[in-house]
Amino acid sequence: MNLDLLVDPLFRVPFLTGLLLAGLLPLIGMYLRLRGEWLAALAFAQMASAGALLAMVLGWPMLAGGAIAALLASLAKGLAAAAGANAYALMMLLAWGAGVLLVANHPLAEQAGHALFDGQLYFTGEGHLLAVALICAGVLPVLARLNRSLLLARFFPEFHQARGLDAGPGLMLFDLLAGVVIALATVSIGVMAAFALVFVPPLVAYRFGRSWRAGLGLAAAIGTAGYTAAFAISLAFDQPFGPVCAVFLVVIFLVPGVKSDRL
Amino acid sequence: MEEVLLRATGLVAGYDLPVAGPLDFDLRRGEILGLAGPNGAGKSTLLKALWGGVTVFGGQVEKATGLAISHQAQGFADLRGVPLTGRELLALTGASPAGLPPWLLDRLDWRLDRLSGGQLQFLRLWACLTAQADIVLLDEPSNNLDRAGVDYLADWLARSHADQGFIIVSHDLALIDRVCTRVIQVGAM
Repeated sequence: MNLDLLVDPLFRVPFLTGLLLAGLLPLIGMYLRLRGEWLAALAFAQMASAGALLAMVLGWPMLAGGAIAALLASLAKGLAAAAGANAYALMMLLAWGAGVLLVANHPLAEQAGHALFDGQLYFTGEGHLLAVALICAGVLPVLARLNRSLLLARFFPEFHQARGLDAGPGLMLFDLLAGVVIALATVSIGVMAAFALVFVPPLVAYRFGRSWRAGLGLAAAIGTAGYTAAFAISLAFDQPFGPVCAVFLVVIFLVPGVKSDRL
Repeated sequence: MEEVLLRATGLVAGYDLPVAGPLDFDLRRGEILGLAGPNGAGKSTLLKALWGGVTVFGGQVEKATGLAISHQAQGFADLRGVPLTGRELLALTGASPAGLPPWLLDRLDWRLDRLSGGQLQFLRLWACLTAQADIVLLDEPSNNLDRAGVDYLADWLARSHADQGFIIVSHDLALIDRVCTRVIQVGAM
């Protein structure tokens, strides 16, 4: 175990990049769960990883490839809204198949593929940090503005429509934001770590949040705390970050659940 | 004569096919209009037709310009498991907690999944009932309410709301008789 690595300047950029994402991804997850669309996060992440790998093979920036693929996925989700979870499952299968075939058949894609699937965020550079910081600065105010509209469309759809309000543009904008954020996260911290941060903190927040506002805060707090602990553990014990993050977040969910069941 | 808020003329509405109408009526400020009729007569469909929520196959709906409509729908999304409080629910529609029955006022900061079915239904109803609106459309508002809830709703509606018009669809004839200033029978097509 090497705890000195935790304060090594080499890991500051990857840590900060992931920390920003760990605060933002759970917020995206809160709204995806609200709409019963949390599975879309995994579809977006898989599509982003396949897009990033394809971009690498073509000599393009991986970040751009991942973002374009996730944007296409979010557009496809909007167009195939009636298909629901079926569309996400098809996207996941397509992206996973394409990604694994690229890794298997192209030497350039092999290392990047492992980084994406294992979640080796230590390869994250300043470009990622800058992109994530800009996205956070842009997405948070938009999410705050969309909050009421997304809740109204979910709980009072007829009231919303009778007011002459069209939920469509807001939902489409949210899908695009979710696609971009998840794509950035996938390229920065890996597929399953990104999905775990979208999925688990909201699961806990829905269970224990005392209000919607408190739930949003709780989800972001669990995301950042869980991420920080997972980062430290994976670095100290020289383990891949993605699996450590996923397991740690699931434990965060299970432990209070067991305690409350006993009570 | 009171101001006409809305006028339906020969209104026929439905989804893929017409299921309700034809119906003629107008609604004036201060009026509480009841739409009564058997199940399947298309009363809920006619309510939605008033703001364009379903296909209008015939006739027309004329509304005064700049009207705000509040629609309380019969079915509600499942709120179980969502960390939303009553106060937050009311804030979504811009409804005020002022005037809520005392048995709900002290539970406004509870999560909705901690409320009883009747309390939750009343809160959802209140969110639409007291939102800023010229026309309030209520679809089976007494469903799932206990006697105290129905009484509170009827008393609230019976007070003067001279600047608004209400349309109530209900199979609860006692409620219709108690609060409506005029009742229109809707027959099956």
